[in-house]
Amino acid sequence: MNVILKNLTKTFPGRTSKDKPVTAVNNFDFEIPDGKLIALLGPSGCGKSTMLNIICGLEDPTSGKIFFGETDVTDLPPESRGVGMVFQNYALYPHMTVRQNIMFPLQNFRGKDKLTKAQMEERVLEAAKLVRIDNLMHRKPAEMSGGQQQRVAIARALVKLPGLLLLDEPLSNLDARLRLETREEIRRIQKKTGITTIFVTHDQEEAMSISDMIVVMKDGIFQQMGKPQEVYDDPVNLFVAKFLGTPAINVFEAEVRGGKLFIGDDDAADVPDVKDGPVYAAIRPEGFIPAKDGRLSCDFISVEVMGRDITVLSSNAACENPVIRSIVDADNKIEPQEGKVRFNVKRHKLFLFDKETGERIRFKVEND
Amino acid sequence: MSNLKKKKGSAVLTVLKYVLLVLWALIVLFPFYWMVLTSLKGYADYNSEATPAFFTLSPTLENYVKAFTAVPLAKYFLNTFIFTVITTALMLAVIIFAAFAFARLNFKGKNLVFTLFLSLMMIPAELVVITNFVTITDLGLRNTFLGLILPSVTSVFYIYLLKENFEQVPYELYKAAKVDGTSDIKYLFKVLVPICKPTVVTVVILKVIECWNSYVWPRLITDDPDYFLVSNGIQEIRQNGFGRENIPAMMASVVVISVPLIILFLIFRKKIMEGVSRGGTKG
Amino acid sequence: MKKQNLKAWLYLLPAIAFLGVFMVYPLIDVVIYSLEEGYNSASQTLTGVGLYNFRYVLRDPFFIQALKNTFILVAITVPLSTGLALLISLALNSIKKLRDLFQTIYFLPYVTNTLAVGLVFMILFDKTEYTDGLVNAFIRIFGGPTVDFIDGPYWAKMLVLCLYTVWIVLPFKILILTSALASVKQDYYKAAKVDGTPKFRVFTRITLPMISPMIFYLVITGFIGAFKAYSDSVALFGVNLNAAGMNTIVGYVYDMLYGNSGGYPSYASAAALILFAIVLSITCINLLVSKKTAVQGG
Repeated sequence: MNVILKNLTKTFPGRTSKDKPVTAVNNFDFEIPDGKLIALLGPSGCGKSTMLNIICGLEDPTSGKIFFGETDVTDLPPESRGVGMVFQNYALYPHMTVRQNIMFPLQNFRGKDKLTKAQMEERVLEAAKLVRIDNLMHRKPAEMSGGQQQRVAIARALVKLPGLLLLDEPLSNLDARLRLETREEIRRIQKKTGITTIFVTHDQEEAMSISDMIVVMKDGIFQQMGKPQEVYDDPVNLFVAKFLGTPAINVFEAEVRGGKLFIGDDDAADVPDVKDGPVYAAIRPEGFIPAKDGRLSCDFISVEVMGRDITVLSSNAACENPVIRSIVDADNKIEPQEGKVRFNVKRHKLFLFDKETGERIRFKVEND
Repeated sequence: MSNLKKKKGSAVLTVLKYVLLVLWALIVLFPFYWMVLTSLKGYADYNSEATPAFFTLSPTLENYVKAFTAVPLAKYFLNTFIFTVITTALMLAVIIFAAFAFARLNFKGKNLVFTLFLSLMMIPAELVVITNFVTITDLGLRNTFLGLILPSVTSVFYIYLLKENFEQVPYELYKAAKVDGTSDIKYLFKVLVPICKPTVVTVVILKVIECWNSYVWPRLITDDPDYFLVSNGIQEIRQNGFGRENIPAMMASVVVISVPLIILFLIFRKKIMEGVSRGGTKG
Repeated sequence: MKKQNLKAWLYLLPAIAFLGVFMVYPLIDVVIYSLEEGYNSASQTLTGVGLYNFRYVLRDPFFIQALKNTFILVAITVPLSTGLALLISLALNSIKKLRDLFQTIYFLPYVTNTLAVGLVFMILFDKTEYTDGLVNAFIRIFGGPTVDFIDGPYWAKMLVLCLYTVWIVLPFKILILTSALASVKQDYYKAAKVDGTPKFRVFTRITLPMISPMIFYLVITGFIGAFKAYSDSVALFGVNLNAAGMNTIVGYVYDMLYGNSGGYPSYASAAALILFAIVLSITCINLLVSKKTAVQGG
C-alpha cells in the first residue's frame, strides 16, 4: 500500500494564549511507495513524531489530506486505518504477558472481523514466530530485555496484519550492540512481510543503513527525500548536508571570485559558472586528497590511524568546525611542513550553498 | 582518650534510644493489652479488684457472649460492613471515572475544573456537614443507609491521588490502545486500573479504615439503633449498654470492634503505611 | 474534539454531581445560614439578616468554653506530639534491629477506632466507687493523692484529653518523620563523617534542614487536626460534653445542629465559620513562617 500525503499541515496552539502557535508540520507533500522501508529523519523536535501520529490517526492534521492507496483516510479514526504502530518505549502493557499483549489488538475486532479464540491464538503465534519470541509467550514485559520487548511491540503491531507499519524511534532505547542487531531484525521482518514501513529516527546512521528511502525534515518542513546514498551525495541544502554523514561534513566560509573558490586566501577549487560572492563551501571528510602542492592549506593537528583509512585532523580559520576531519587512504603519507598540511579537494564531494538561504548552488563537475 | 569517651557516650546514647523506643511501644500497646485483659475478667472478679490486677487467673469468654447478646453488636457490625462496602465501591467508581477524565481526556475547561476540585480539598468537613444534615433530613433519608452513604462517596483527595498515578502510566500506552481501536472504557479497566492496582488498593484500604471508624456523620444522621455503626454502637454501649458498670463486657465489645482493622493492618501493613504517608490523615 | 468534550464531562458527571450537592452547595448555604437571624427550621421563617448569630455564638459561655478547651488542646498537643514524634523517629532511624517491629507497633493507634480505644483510656483513668482505676493505683504507690480524671477537676480532664490526643496522632507523625529521615541521602552523612562533623552539628545542620519541610507539614496538619478535635473528647467524656465542660468547637457545632439543644443550624453555621476562619488564619501564619524559614535556610 502506498501512502500519499497532500499539503499536510499541523499547528499547535501556544502553551499560553500569548505564545504563538507552533507549526509542527508545514505543508508536507510527498508519496511513500508501496512495500518500502522509509526513514523519517530529523533532529529532535522537528515534527517527526507529530507526522507519525497524523499518519496513524492519533492526531488530526490542521489541513491537508492523507491517502492510503486510493482511500482518503484523513477523517478515519486510528483503528479503521489498519496501521500498526511501535512506540519509542514500546508501550507494552506491563501487567499482561507477551501472549496477552500481542492478542490485545485482536480482541478489539468487532462485527465481521471478529476472530474466534483459535484464530486469535494462531495469529498470535504466527506474529511471535516472525519476531522470534515464541519461546517467551508467558513472560511479563519487565522480565525481558529491551530488545525482546521491542520484538513484542513489533509483533503486537503486526498481528493485525496492518497495511502500514509505523515505528517511532525504534532503536533509541537500546544499547549499542542491541541496536545493530535489532536494526537488522527490523530490516529482515520488513523484507519478509513486505509491509510498507515508516520509521522515525534522529540518528542518520540508523536511517541510512537500513532504509530504502529517507525523508529529511527540519522544523516541520520537508527538506529532501530519496535513496540514502543519493541524498548523501546530493544534498539540496546546507542543513541536509550537515545532518547526514559521520564524521560530519566540514563547512567553510568561502567566497567565489571568477569561477574559483577561495577559502581564506587559498584558491581551493575551480567552480565554473558560479556567480561571485560569499558562499558556504562544505566538503565531505572523504573529499580531501593530501598533496604537497595541494590548493587548500590547513594547520596540522594530528593523525588518527584506523587501519584501512587514516583521519587527518587539522584546522582552518575559515572552517566552522573547530577541527577539520579528512579521511584518506592509509597509503598516503602525511608530512606536514611548517605545521601545515595541504589538500586538493574532490569536487563531487564539495557542495556550495547560498550564504543567505543555505540553498545548494550547483556547478559543473567534470571527472576529477 | 577522646575516642574512649566517644565510645562510652555513644553506648549510653544507644541505651537511651532503646529505653525511649521500648517505653513508647509499651505506652502504645498497653491499652490494647488492658482491653483484652479486662474483657477476659469476670464481672464479679473485675469489680472486686480495688486495685486492678495485671493478669487474670480465671479468664472467661462470658463477656464476649454478653457483648453479642445483651446489645446488638452483631447488628452494628453488619451495618458497618454494609456501609463500608457500598461506600467504598461507589466511591471507587466515581473517582476512577473522574481521575481518568483528568488524566487522559482533553476537554475545554479541564484546568479550571481541576483547580476547583483541588481547592475543595481545603474545605473542612465541619463546614459542609450542617447543610448536608439538613439536606439529608429534608430528603427523609435519616436512619437509612442512603443517608449514611451519599455524602462520602466522593473524595477529591483520592481523585487527585489516582489521577497522578494514571498520569504516570506512559501516554504511549493510551496511544497504542487507540491505534488498536480500544475504547476508553476498555482501556480504563483493562489497562489503566490493573496497572495502577497498588494505588487503587491503597485507596480502598484507606477508605475502609475511614468508614470503619466514622463517627460524626453517622451520629448526626442516625438515632435509630437499627442503623448504628460500630462507633455509635460503642458510644451507645457506653451510655446505656450493659449498665454503666459492666466494664469487662464493654471491653469485650471494644476488642471485637478493634480486631477487624488490626487484622487488616497486619496483612496490608506495608500498603497501609505507604498509603497513609502519601497524604492520608486521620479521617 | 466536541465528542471528547462531551465524553469527558460524562466521566466527570458523578464526581461533579456529588461534590456539587454535598460540598459546593453546602459551602454557600452555610454562609447564608449564618446570616439568617432567628431562622426556624420547622416553619422556615427568619426575622432578619445580619451578624446576630455570630454575636450570639461569641457570647455563648459554652462556645467560649469550647474555644478555650480547643486552644489549650492545640497549644499543648501540637508541640508535644511533634517533638515526641521527632525524638522517636530519630531513635528509630538510628537503629537497625527491631526497627520494623517498632514501626508496626507505633502505627497501631492509627487503625483503631477512636471511640473504642477512648473507652480503654477512660477506664484506665477513671475513678469510681468500686475502684480507683489503674492510673490512680500508680499515683497511690508513689504517695500522691488520687484524682478522678474523667469526672474530676478541669486540669485532670484536660490532661487525659491531651494524652489521648497525643497517643492518637503520633502514629501519623512518626510515620511521616521516619520516612522523611530515611529519605535523606546517606552521602551527606558520609561526607559529614569524613569532615569529622560532630553528631549534634550533623543533626542541626544537615538532618533538620533536610526534613524541615516535613516538620512544617506536620505542624500545619497538626494544627488543623487539633482544631477539629471532637471524637477523642466524646470517647473519654461521653456525648454530653457541655456538661462535662470538655466541649470543643467542632463539638459545639454538632451540639448546636443536633442533640440536646435541639437544632439551630444558624448558630452551628456561625460557629463553623468562626472555626474555619481560625484554622485558615493559623494555617496562613504557619505557611508564612515556614516560607520565611525556608528562604533563610536556603
